[in-house]
Amino acid sequence: MRRVLIWAPLGLFALVFALVASGLLAPADRAVKSAMVGKPVPQFTLPSLVPGKPAVSSAGFADGKVRLVNVFASWCVPCIAEAPQLMALKQQGVEIIGVATADKPEDMANFLRNAGDPFAAIGDDRIRKVQFALGSAGVPESFVIDGKGRITKQHIGYIGPQDMPEILAALAAAR
Amino acid sequence: MRARNLLLLALIVAGPAFADSSLPPQPLAYTQLPDPKQEMRAKELMETLRCLVCQGQSIADSDAEMAGNMRAEVRQRIAAGEAPDQIRSWLVQRYGDYVTYDPPWSWLTAPLWLMPFVLIAVGLFIARRSFGKEEAE
Repeated sequence: MRRVLIWAPLGLFALVFALVASGLLAPADRAVKSAMVGKPVPQFTLPSLVPGKPAVSSAGFADGKVRLVNVFASWCVPCIAEAPQLMALKQQGVEIIGVATADKPEDMANFLRNAGDPFAAIGDDRIRKVQFALGSAGVPESFVIDGKGRITKQHIGYIGPQDMPEILAALAAAR
Repeated sequence: MRARNLLLLALIVAGPAFADSSLPPQPLAYTQLPDPKQEMRAKELMETLRCLVCQGQSIADSDAEMAGNMRAEVRQRIAAGEAPDQIRSWLVQRYGDYVTYDPPWSWLTAPLWLMPFVLIAVGLFIARRSFGKEEAE
């Protein structure tokens, strides 16, 4: 018994070491995912944020067209980084709906001038009501909405060039 | 030398990178509800809801902008007469069980609820054995 017990501290150490090492090598994904994926888009309407852009109403989402709802903000730096990819998606005919989080019209106008404007509409989600309704926990996040108005995919974080195949596949699958 | 001065200047005038917007906080983010009973219910609920951007804290504890918006949402709904459990389940529908610090019973959370009883049982067992021995001697 004692012979075996003498190895217990070393065994315990090895266990703790393995636990810490696995945590270091493969950090846990702490992003809070939306539980709304697979469900219909919640009902919402948002007034237009910038002049010349239409307002957003989720009632019109079930018209057979696939859409990408982009939760973003002018004060969000990664949102600038994903602008070229959104532009490319728009050129491929994807309708991109912007949900502007806690934003001001003049800041947004600046953002659109500098980063480009791939948005078919931009809604003013000043108090994050729609962000909460979608189950989004940050900016930027993108939701693929199929023609029946169902959320089929959530992408957390900016859409980089490396994410494009996945996004395009999700958009094609929603068609 | 010039480069160093420039660097120093850059460090002095550098602004912090903001992860929040420039909007002022929402009225109900930092203001209590006028009705103390409602505020008490709201506060109790807020203490058991997880802040989504600062995940170790409740929204009652957090100064993140998003937590402020969530507090305002909770207070508005309480003021409109919604029950705390209704608000909680609305959020759980959106974010999953992760958003509540009061996890509902399921087989996934069973170890969490049962572990205290198991540990107490183990403790009693050890205590009985060691005290029992002394008496016998």
